[in-house]
Amino acid sequence: MEPVLSPLDACLVLLTGWIVVGAAGMLRRGNVVFVARVLFPLGALIGVGLAVVAGWSLALPAERVTLLIGLPDLPFHLRLDPLSRTFLALLGAASAGVSIFAGGYFRKGQGTAPGVLGLQYHLFLASMGFVLLADDAYAFMVAWETMAVASYFLVTSQHGLPEIRSAGFLYLLIAHVGAIAILLSFGILQGGTWQFTFDAMRAAELSPTWAAAAFGLALFGFGAKAGLLPTHVWLPEAHPAAPSPVSALMSGVMLKTAVYGVLRVTFDLLGEPAWWWGLVPVVLGLATALFGVVFAAAQTDMKRLLAYSSIENIGVLFTGIGLAIVFHGVGMQALATLALVAVLYHAVNHAFMKSLLFLGTGAVLHATGERNLGRLGGLIHRMPWVAWLTLVGVLAISGLPPLNGFVSEWLLLQAFLFSHEVPHPFVNMLLPLGAAIVALAAALAAYVMVKFFGVVFLGQPREPGLAHAHDAGRLERLGLVWLALGCVLLGLFPAQVIDALGATTTQLIGSVPPQGASPWWMLAPLPDRQVSYAPLVLLAVIAVVLATTSVVVRRVYRRDVRRAPAWDCGFARVDARMQDTAEGFGQPIRHIFQGFFSMERELPSAFDRAPRYRVVVGDRIWRLVYEPLGGRVQRIADSLAWLQQGRISAYLTYSFVTLVTLLAVVL
Amino acid sequence: MSGLAWFTQLLEVLAAISLAPLFLGWVNQCRAWLQNRRAPSLLLPYRGIRKLFHKDAVLAEGASPLFRAAPYVVFGAMVAAAAIIPSMGTGLPFTTAADAIALVGLFATARVFMSLAAMDIGTAFGTLGARREMMVGFLAEPALLIVIFVASLLSATTALPLIAERLATQAPALYPSLAFTAVAFTMVLLAENARIPVDNPATHLELTMIHEAMLLEYSARHLALMEWAAALKLFNYACIGFALFVPWGASTGEPDPAALLLSMPVLVGKLAVAGVWLALLETVSAKLRVFRAPEFLATAFMFAVLGLLVHLLLGA
Repeated sequence: MEPVLSPLDACLVLLTGWIVVGAAGMLRRGNVVFVARVLFPLGALIGVGLAVVAGWSLALPAERVTLLIGLPDLPFHLRLDPLSRTFLALLGAASAGVSIFAGGYFRKGQGTAPGVLGLQYHLFLASMGFVLLADDAYAFMVAWETMAVASYFLVTSQHGLPEIRSAGFLYLLIAHVGAIAILLSFGILQGGTWQFTFDAMRAAELSPTWAAAAFGLALFGFGAKAGLLPTHVWLPEAHPAAPSPVSALMSGVMLKTAVYGVLRVTFDLLGEPAWWWGLVPVVLGLATALFGVVFAAAQTDMKRLLAYSSIENIGVLFTGIGLAIVFHGVGMQALATLALVAVLYHAVNHAFMKSLLFLGTGAVLHATGERNLGRLGGLIHRMPWVAWLTLVGVLAISGLPPLNGFVSEWLLLQAFLFSHEVPHPFVNMLLPLGAAIVALAAALAAYVMVKFFGVVFLGQPREPGLAHAHDAGRLERLGLVWLALGCVLLGLFPAQVIDALGATTTQLIGSVPPQGASPWWMLAPLPDRQVSYAPLVLLAVIAVVLATTSVVVRRVYRRDVRRAPAWDCGFARVDARMQDTAEGFGQPIRHIFQGFFSMERELPSAFDRAPRYRVVVGDRIWRLVYEPLGGRVQRIADSLAWLQQGRISAYLTYSFVTLVTLLAVVL
Repeated sequence: MSGLAWFTQLLEVLAAISLAPLFLGWVNQCRAWLQNRRAPSLLLPYRGIRKLFHKDAVLAEGASPLFRAAPYVVFGAMVAAAAIIPSMGTGLPFTTAADAIALVGLFATARVFMSLAAMDIGTAFGTLGARREMMVGFLAEPALLIVIFVASLLSATTALPLIAERLATQAPALYPSLAFTAVAFTMVLLAENARIPVDNPATHLELTMIHEAMLLEYSARHLALMEWAAALKLFNYACIGFALFVPWGASTGEPDPAALLLSMPVLVGKLAVAGVWLALLETVSAKLRVFRAPEFLATAFMFAVLGLLVHLLLGA
């Protein structure tokens, strides 16, 4: 049966639907019930639709359309191919959970009116969709900038607070520095044809130097959006400032558009990347991963902690991209496919897990009004739904089997394991050591997540006010369940996911991950290496052991369970302040990785009447890169300031001189 | 997959579950002898577990369901881990479900649940134990992974039984890389199983304890499961060590009843020697301050990475 709409048309209809839903909110700007309970769930439905359309059409050939909007002679070219479908499916599926949660989340409050917020939110979603569909540099940049600006307004929705304004400014600044780099990269990619469609770029012949320059600029530009070192500084500022569903979207989905951009430029537009380019993202990615996770361990604000954890995951993703480039460049197709699959898989995984965690913090923030880990605790009793669903995200992002985080980590480690076969001296020796850093980052991620979950949800409440915390509402629960279910399913059916990603790897590097003759429940990405992983079987074994043990324990030894005060080695006066704080839990990491941090500590003396302990953990990169850079820019600006005399005669003179100069040039 | 393979699989799991407390008892006995003490009975760990199962459980007032579920999850993860490790035969059907990386993941799952459970009551000792356990874990886990990597580079697979089989059937050769990783592995084993020099299984001194601090609030059957899981973990680690460094004697290749029968006394012999070795190591070393533990583990990590480098340099 021929469908009524082609997949591309359906995508366009759905994206337009988002804009319409957003605009509808402007009809009743102040009406929270209408915007939150009607429009956001509608947006979620559109997200589901987008995921279904993109997921269903994954393996279909690319199709394109030219929209007659935009500048004269510069219409929008759009194209739907497997790469964009993969990321559209990610966008739709993850945003569906976030939107339905947002329906329960946004309430009356200070800051932007709900209708305006809804417009910005849906515009943000739609622009991300158009970024993925764009097939010429012009459409791409328009969508890219719309995305940046819409998210900027979302970040600053509480614009009354000065620190939120400055966080927004930092985000916008780095987004634009990145955008300039991307623009320059497109400028090189057109290769002298002055045609800015992606087709022209695919056809353009570039010298190796120019190609490398285009790759470098794209890596920098998209890296700035993704939070690659050293342009990561905006993430830990912007994420806590934004409302939680927005943080979830930015971290879960928007960062992935940057990953999409790098993949698009490297494998599609540039065509044949040289193998040594891959070393740059590998090194930067590993540094970013380690840096992000170490900083996450030291955080005391739960959203900042998650922001740093996103930096870590972006590092892992870029490491995978780099590996794929290296393997592809030296002709090791099977491993290149494996690395690329690991990247795509991890991108999808991270969208689900990180959105889930950010929404969990949103629910906690709503219930308690606290973002500071030092004032939370014990919420598993008051908020069981949020706690247990967040636990799924925590276990997934810690890379524990049989959930989804483990699968992509496993794939990446397998790819690393064979990197010693790269036929280049030194590289084949140093590359496998990257596996050690990936393993270290993964283990540290578990540390961070135990800290996050343990301090927020477990233990005793650290403040009396927490006793009144309420669990999430129905819509919020639905959103959390959706995302948690995604984490579980992505973890249990890896072979199906990888099959689905086959069309994308074919498009990018021309080979599919081999499934061999393995059964549907087993993942065996390298048939000749005899490595396999079957999460369903693993889960079944653990479940059987669990069930047997608990039945045996309950049937054979029927003993009672009593409740009593905590024992604590016989110490009777246990109170909530004796638990580890977030600072305390992160202390070993601060101690071991001292060199990473710039720390200011204020220790109380033994005789203080009111002892205070204060520690400020800072980012050395601020001092090493941004402060000198900012100072220099300021000095240049100051030295040019004498031009501004503030007298009309001076400005008229400038105009006159300019005119004369231009005339001299023209004549 | 033949019936014998399934039998081997089941036998290995049951052997691990039933022998693990015995191995722990043996290590304790050797330790006592080496320290000029009268040794406790070899069966003491069994008696301890039995006693605990027969008691009423006391739960702290602030305990959530997570606290009650954790012992089962930890025990389940350890049993699943035992199913992956080739202690007697290498023809295990379960091998295809989880390789050595998944094994490390299972250990991590157990550790995360144990730490979360320790934080659940909200006592000072619980969180202290959880923090220290995660500190030990985040360094020990990558070290273990690198050890496994070196072995899998030597045998071109990450499936643990296949690694053991290939290492056992290759012509006996001295692998310098394996020597480095053996040192690293021993250090990881000591740290991960809460042995001296990182932790002391025989103390409840608050300044030093790690593992015991996490179990303080557990009682009766929950404590029994946790202790049994700890014994299983030690047993599992010993068997990983055998698979990587002394794989000879396990039944390899096609399942064969005679070889399987022979592998049982071999395993018992290996465990006996390993117990003596472990007790000796613990007796001659001193407990480190907690802040020395990261250095100890970083050394283990470095040894493992060194082993990897040596392998990449020399190809052996």
